[in-house]
Amino acid sequence: MSVLVDEGTRLCVAGITGREGSFHTLNNRSYGTNVVGGVTPGKGGQDVEGIPVFDSWEQAMSEARPNTAMIFVPPRFAADSILEAAAAGVELVITITEGIPAHDELRVYNTLVREMKNAHPPTRLIGPNCPGILSPGKANVGIIPASFFNAGSVGVVSRSGTLTYQIGNEIAQAGVGCSSIVGIGGDPVPGSSFVDVLELFQADDETELVVLSGEIGGSAEEEAAEYIAEHMTKPVVAYIAGFTAPAGKQMGHAGAIVSGSAGTAAAKAEALEAKGVRVGRTPTETAGIAVEVLGGASLAAS
Amino acid sequence: MDLLEYQGKQLFARHGLRVSDGRAVTSVEDAVSAADEIGYPVVVKAQVLIGGRGKAGGVKLAADEAEAREHAGNILGMDIKGHVVRTLWIEHASDIASEYYASVLLDRSAKQPLVMFSVEGGVDIEEVAEKTPEKLIRHHVDALAGLSREEAVDIAKQGGADADVIDGVADALVALYEVWLQEDATLAEINPLIVTPEREVKALDAKVSLDGNALYRHPENQELSDSENEDPIERRAKEEGVQYVKLDGDIGILGNGAGLVMSTLDVVAQAGGSPANFLDAGGGSDAEKIKQAVDLLLANEAVKAVLFNIFGGITRCDEVAKGLIAAFEDIKPSVPFVVRLDGTNDVEGRRLLQEAALPNVHAAKTMNEAAEMVVALAAGQSVGAAA
Repeated sequence: MSVLVDEGTRLCVAGITGREGSFHTLNNRSYGTNVVGGVTPGKGGQDVEGIPVFDSWEQAMSEARPNTAMIFVPPRFAADSILEAAAAGVELVITITEGIPAHDELRVYNTLVREMKNAHPPTRLIGPNCPGILSPGKANVGIIPASFFNAGSVGVVSRSGTLTYQIGNEIAQAGVGCSSIVGIGGDPVPGSSFVDVLELFQADDETELVVLSGEIGGSAEEEAAEYIAEHMTKPVVAYIAGFTAPAGKQMGHAGAIVSGSAGTAAAKAEALEAKGVRVGRTPTETAGIAVEVLGGASLAAS
Repeated sequence: MDLLEYQGKQLFARHGLRVSDGRAVTSVEDAVSAADEIGYPVVVKAQVLIGGRGKAGGVKLAADEAEAREHAGNILGMDIKGHVVRTLWIEHASDIASEYYASVLLDRSAKQPLVMFSVEGGVDIEEVAEKTPEKLIRHHVDALAGLSREEAVDIAKQGGADADVIDGVADALVALYEVWLQEDATLAEINPLIVTPEREVKALDAKVSLDGNALYRHPENQELSDSENEDPIERRAKEEGVQYVKLDGDIGILGNGAGLVMSTLDVVAQAGGSPANFLDAGGGSDAEKIKQAVDLLLANEAVKAVLFNIFGGITRCDEVAKGLIAAFEDIKPSVPFVVRLDGTNDVEGRRLLQEAALPNVHAAKTMNEAAEMVVALAAGQSVGAAA
C-alpha cells in the first residue's frame, strides 16, 4: 500500500503541451506512472510522445478514463482547469502550478468541498504550489526527484518541496524507505491539509511512521497536533522551518508569513511537542529521530 | 503587498466607502497648498507601512497654515522604526462621536472570508480580542455567496453599533467586503471606523494588503507598492524575479526552494551565526541566474561570508557550479564562500568547483557542516582546505 498514487493511477495532465508540463509528464511516465492523456484546449487530436491530447477534461474522461489529474497550466487558467477536472469526475487533482491568486484558491476549495461534496466520486485536491506525490516503486506524479527515495514504511507530508528532498534523502541514507511522499504546497489555501494526509497515512497498512514537515504561517501545524493527539496511533515526527523568520515578511511561499504573534515556528513546535510529537531542530536531526523511532517501532512489532 | 493609508483610502472611495477629502504630497510647500485647498483644520499624516506612527509623532492636527507648515516640515523625513517618511497625507480633520473597528480578511484555518466588527475601535484590536473577546464580532462569510446586506446588518447589531448608524455601518461592511473581493485583497481593515456628530460613518484609517499573485487582474494597482521605502536590494530582487528578503546579520544565504532556505537560516542561527538575507534562487536555476543571485547577495555590504545550500531536484548542481564560477570571474568576491551541493548532478557540480579551484571557496558535505563552516568564516576564523 501507499497513499493517493500507485500502480492503479491513471494520470491525465492539463498543460501537457507546455515545456515544463511535457518534461515532467514524460519523467513521470518513465518512472512507471500510467499516463493516459493530456488536456490542452485547441490541441485535441495531437499527441506528446504517444500520449493522446484532448481538448477538454470531459473528452479526456470519456476517452481515457483518468482517475488522477495533474495541473501544470499557468496561474490564471489553473482554477478553471481544476474545477473542470473535478466536474468531469476525476477523483484526485494534483496542482503543481505556483502563483494562483488566493481568492481563486478560496473559490476552488469551497466549490469542491461544499458545492460538489456529494459528487460521485468526490474530488480531492492536493496543492496548489506543491511538488506532487511520489509512492516509491509505484508511481510519481509531479516534480519530486524520485532517485532520492527508496520504497519503505515512512510517510512524508510537507509544505515545502526541497525541504522534503533534504529530509527524505537523509532518511534514505540511513537505509530507510518511504511509503509515499505528499507535498501539500506552500499556499494560503491548500486543497488538502496536514490533517487530511495524516488520516490517509494512519489508514495505510504500509506506513509505520509519518514525518511532517511544516513551516511558518497559518495554523495547519497546530491543527495537525490536535489531530495526532486524538486520532493517530502511529508515531509522527515533525520539523518546522522558519524559526529565524521576521514578522511581516513573506519567506518565499505565499503562505509563509508570520502575522503579528500568529504563525511562528516556535508556537508550532510547542503545539506539536505539547501533544507528544517529537520535533527535530534541523532536517538532519528530524531524519535521525524518525530512524530511531522506527527502529524501536519495528523491534516492538517483531 | 501592503498599501499605504492613502492608497487604501483611494481603493475604499472607489467602492463607495466614505473617506475624508485629502491629498498625498511629498513636500512642505505642497502640504501647505493642499491644506489651504481642503480647508482647516487638517490632519497631517505620515505615510509609512508600520504601526505606531501616532505615538512616534507622525500624525498631527493643524489649525492653520503656520501649523500645517511646521508639522509637515517635522514629519517629512522623520524615521519611524526604520521607515523614512517620504509622503504625507493631508486630510480635513473629522469630528468624532464614536470609534468602531471593521475588517475583512482571509481566514486560512476556516478557509472562508472573515468579517470582524467592534464598537471598541481606535485601539489595538488584538488587545480587544484578548481582553474582551465578546466585544469583537467574528462572522464567517460563505466565499461563494459573498456578504449579504442582511448579514451586515446583523453584524452591526450584534456588535452593538448605535441604533441610528446600523444602516451606515452595514453599508460600510458591505463596501469593505467589495474592496476585499474585487481588489483581490487578503486584508482590508478600518481602524477606526468613525461615527461623526452628524452620524456619518467614515473610514479614518485604511490598512489594505493586496495579493501579489492577482495583480495581473488589476493593472491599475500595480503602481501602488511603496517602492520608495523599499529596501533597494529587495526592489532589485523583485525586478529580477528573485525571492529575496533582507535580514540584519552578516552571513549571505542562497538556496533553492523556500522551505530549504528558511531551514538554512535556522541552522545557521543555531550554529551561532546571523543570516544577512533570505534568497531563494528557485527551481531550475541556470548558471546565469545563479550569477545574478551572487551579485544580489553581495550588494549587501554587511555580508562577511556566503553559504550556498543546494539540494538539486529540478535545479542541477552542475549549473549552480557553473554560475558560481562565472560569478567569480566577473565579480571577484572578496568574502569567503561555503558551498554544499547535493542532489541532481551533484558529482559533476562538485568536480567543476574542484577543478576551478576558486579562491576562498570551501566545500561542505552536509547542511550542518556547511553552517558551522560559514559561521566560523564570518567570525574571521579559518576552516580546513579550500574546495
